[in-house]
Amino acid sequence: MAILKRQKTKMIQEKTAVEKGFTGLFLALCVAFFALPLVWLFIAPWDGQPNYSIKWPSWTLTNFAEISKNPYAYKSLVNSAIFSAGSGIAVILVGAPASYVLSRVKFKGRDSFLYTLLLFSSIVTGSAAMVPLYLLALRLNILDTYQGVILILTGGLIPTAIFILKDFTDSLPRSYEESAQIFGASSFRILKDIVAPIIRPGLAVIFVWSFVQAWGNFLVPFILIRDINKQPGAVMMYSFYSDGGQPVIRQVAAFSLLYAIPVMGMYFYVNKKYGFRFYGGIKG
Amino acid sequence: MTSQVKSGSRAAKPGNSVLGRLSAISFMTPASIFIGVFLFIPAVWTLYLGFTNYKLTGITAAHPKIVGFANFQKALHDPQFISSFKLTLLYVLFSAILGQAILGFLLAWVLSTVKPRIRSMVELIVICAWIVPGSIVTFLWVAFLNYDNGTLNRLTGQHIFWLLHDPFLSIVVFNTWRGTAFSMLLFSAAITSIPKSHLEVARVAGATKMQQLRQIVLPSARSFIFTNLLLITLWTFNDFGPFLLTGGGPGGKTELLPIFVYNKALKYLDFSYGSAIAAIMLLMNLVLALIVIRAGRKNK
Amino acid sequence: MSIVTTKKITKVFPGGVRALDELDLTINDGEFFALLGPSGCGKTTLLRTLGGLESPTSGEVWIDDKDVTWSPPGERNIAMVFQDYALYPHMSVKENIAYPLKVRKLPKDEQEKRVAMASKALSIETLLERRPGQISGGQQQRVAVARAMATTPNLYLFDEPLSNLDARLRLEARTFLKQLQTELGVTTIFVTHDQSEALAIADRMAVMDKGVVRQVGSPSEFFHRPANLFVAAFIGSTPMNLLEGQVLQGNVKVGSNTFTIPESYRGKLQEGQEVVYGIRPEYVSVVSSNADGVASGSVKVTENMGTHYLVSIDCGGTLVRGTVPDGQQPANGATLHFLPDLNKVLIYDKVSGNLI
Ligand SMILES: Nc1ncnc2c1ncn2[C@@H]1O[C@H](COP(=O)(O)OP(=O)(O)OP(=O)(O)O)[C@@H](O)[C@H]1O
Ligand SMILES: [Mg+2]
Repeated sequence: MAILKRQKTKMIQEKTAVEKGFTGLFLALCVAFFALPLVWLFIAPWDGQPNYSIKWPSWTLTNFAEISKNPYAYKSLVNSAIFSAGSGIAVILVGAPASYVLSRVKFKGRDSFLYTLLLFSSIVTGSAAMVPLYLLALRLNILDTYQGVILILTGGLIPTAIFILKDFTDSLPRSYEESAQIFGASSFRILKDIVAPIIRPGLAVIFVWSFVQAWGNFLVPFILIRDINKQPGAVMMYSFYSDGGQPVIRQVAAFSLLYAIPVMGMYFYVNKKYGFRFYGGIKG
Repeated sequence: MTSQVKSGSRAAKPGNSVLGRLSAISFMTPASIFIGVFLFIPAVWTLYLGFTNYKLTGITAAHPKIVGFANFQKALHDPQFISSFKLTLLYVLFSAILGQAILGFLLAWVLSTVKPRIRSMVELIVICAWIVPGSIVTFLWVAFLNYDNGTLNRLTGQHIFWLLHDPFLSIVVFNTWRGTAFSMLLFSAAITSIPKSHLEVARVAGATKMQQLRQIVLPSARSFIFTNLLLITLWTFNDFGPFLLTGGGPGGKTELLPIFVYNKALKYLDFSYGSAIAAIMLLMNLVLALIVIRAGRKNK
Repeated sequence: MSIVTTKKITKVFPGGVRALDELDLTINDGEFFALLGPSGCGKTTLLRTLGGLESPTSGEVWIDDKDVTWSPPGERNIAMVFQDYALYPHMSVKENIAYPLKVRKLPKDEQEKRVAMASKALSIETLLERRPGQISGGQQQRVAVARAMATTPNLYLFDEPLSNLDARLRLEARTFLKQLQTELGVTTIFVTHDQSEALAIADRMAVMDKGVVRQVGSPSEFFHRPANLFVAAFIGSTPMNLLEGQVLQGNVKVGSNTFTIPESYRGKLQEGQEVVYGIRPEYVSVVSSNADGVASGSVKVTENMGTHYLVSIDCGGTLVRGTVPDGQQPANGATLHFLPDLNKVLIYDKVSGNLI
């Protein structure tokens, strides 16, 4: 205890006034840089006459009432939730077992395989692949369906998810599984009782990451969904731009807040429960 | 291999992982199917189309023909493509490597020395910029950079059409703002993973902050740094985000390759040309990835 | 409770490392068996092969009269304590200890009983509700042992379980382990880097080198009659004097010194044979005059060993170590005469390295 305390005071002493000043200045600048563009999001929705500037709002709910006049606005958030939750779950269900195998079973060319996946995913999430994806969805008969968007989003997210999850799993000592093996636990039990609980924070991080990516994705639903009833928030945002390309600011302001809150809430929750943290790095 | 035969139908082959060969395969199956159908097929399809004269409209829409490397040759002589290509490399260099990675590292390093309350507050703000959907942040930045009463002009007391006047700078700053959180999170993990004793030893030996950073932190975080560089390089190279901000303009000054592809393929419907560019992009991604991976291995 | 036999097991890792090389070993029922050897000699690999975590490239592993070479780890009724303890971080100490019992589907009350018994034996009752991250290294080790113990296996495998403990805790822990093992009578194989640990608590032990066993026997056999030069150099808190020389006229000539050949070796050595004359410093004493079989030289190094001093003298280029009682340590540079205790002298063939 005494030693600990001493070290602590030593550490505080070691930070000189100059260093403290620099730290404070740097953090203040960073906060300003990252926060300033965000302020509008939290202020404008409550203003009866919002424009591009940040000003003290007149505190009104009329903007939200305005949105509810659009029958598809709220529905679009539900759709976004379906797309994102579906993709998040699919990414975990499909990616977690694969990343476990890739972490635990060594085979030739494993790393190249992972890198190839990452490269391919960068094409498939790009705009050039949209037409083949459209044609693919057409052939698979999943055009204009929830599952179509979910499957295609998942396909684009899986490589990165596997890549990051494998790092989580690599940081888990093998001896955990081996000791359980010696006690006679079946593979299923080991996965359920030992592996899954320990990598749960990793799964949570990947779930949130996938959810956020799907939540913000515009191109895939824009191309695959025709039915306005199934449009997600990202496409809805687009429709708040009037014919001349001028956005209807009141609607944009209110809808932006509604559209942003779920992902921020989800991040909060997971950060509180597990800590939103990454592990690992390229080995080798 | 022969030993496997001997083990017969045993539940788990000792020495391998917890999983037997069968379960390992079954664990990989769903991912393989996904990857095959929704990654491999569209990717190969895209590449294939780059070798045809496929257009979404007109005669060739129905009967595309293989035209070999014609699209690629066209690209190499297309000044628009060349400039877009250079622009993209600069964009990766400035916004991902110099912007996100360095700012993310500094943030992670500085935040590891401050009180947890301050740390989580700053982290929250930086992460907000990262998780808020793209269509919202674009709008936020349009507002932020607005000519009449945008926050930036108001604060600096200037009157500048930022997106017209400094379009490239604008999207670089924008992408730095947008993506720094990921680097920060990854580097935070790296810094937490360094045993306390290592830094203490250095401190006792009288190392300055810079020396600690160079001699202890950077080497320990090596694998994190290269993972991060690999991912953000790929992401930034293929980033479509600035499209919503500038549409590639003015005058192609922000027409990054993904936007170039979009304009060719989905706007002018010259699909085969767009696909050929996508193939070139894949090749470039491969080169960039190899550079990062090589550098990572060498710097061990 | 179990006899463990390995029959010519070989383990070649992908990449070609031969971690075990046609290794034969038998561990008797109820024995406390220590496994010793330099780093990388294959101790862990042997233990993991016995536990079923590694499959041998060839050869067989038998437990009692069953060939278990290919049975999965869970069927061998073994408990293993890993070097890093492998306590599950998301389970409390209690859940950790109970987990193997749960896996084996023991009734709840039996589980409770065994947890109580094991935690009492290792005096960790007060820690049961904590997580492994919230207890000290020594406590974690005891939890790991308690978890192994609660399963009542036929065989314990310990891979350097004490290496993370401080010196005092280590002493306590090893005494405790030995006691526990004697009480339970379970066959135990124990890997350690610390030879004094092995000498102190093992019934029998083996020294390995490059995947083969160099000697098997009781600790006192190891100390008094190392079977070859490798073991002779490896065992002992102070290294044995191993003086290379030649048999000449009934003596061993080492440089300019002549050492007497003990009675027991008469007739076993040939004139001119290249040999290594071995004697532990503990059995080299100071005499007052230079006589036959005495090595003389000036003192080079003096090391304080607590109850005595370890003195190295330079006998014409060869360093010879002997012991001097506390209080009689010589000054550096002084001339000393060393006489080996002939009853303790060991002579090795230089070519084969084996004890003659
Ligand atoms: N999974 C593996 N793949 C390849 N080689 C391995 C593997 N595990 C061990 N080896 C090699 O096999 C040899 C024996 O290793 P082992 O771990 O059994 O040594 P050890 O005697 O336990 O050493 P230490 O005392 O350092 O723990 C070493 O050369 C090691 O590098
Ligand atoms: Mg070992």
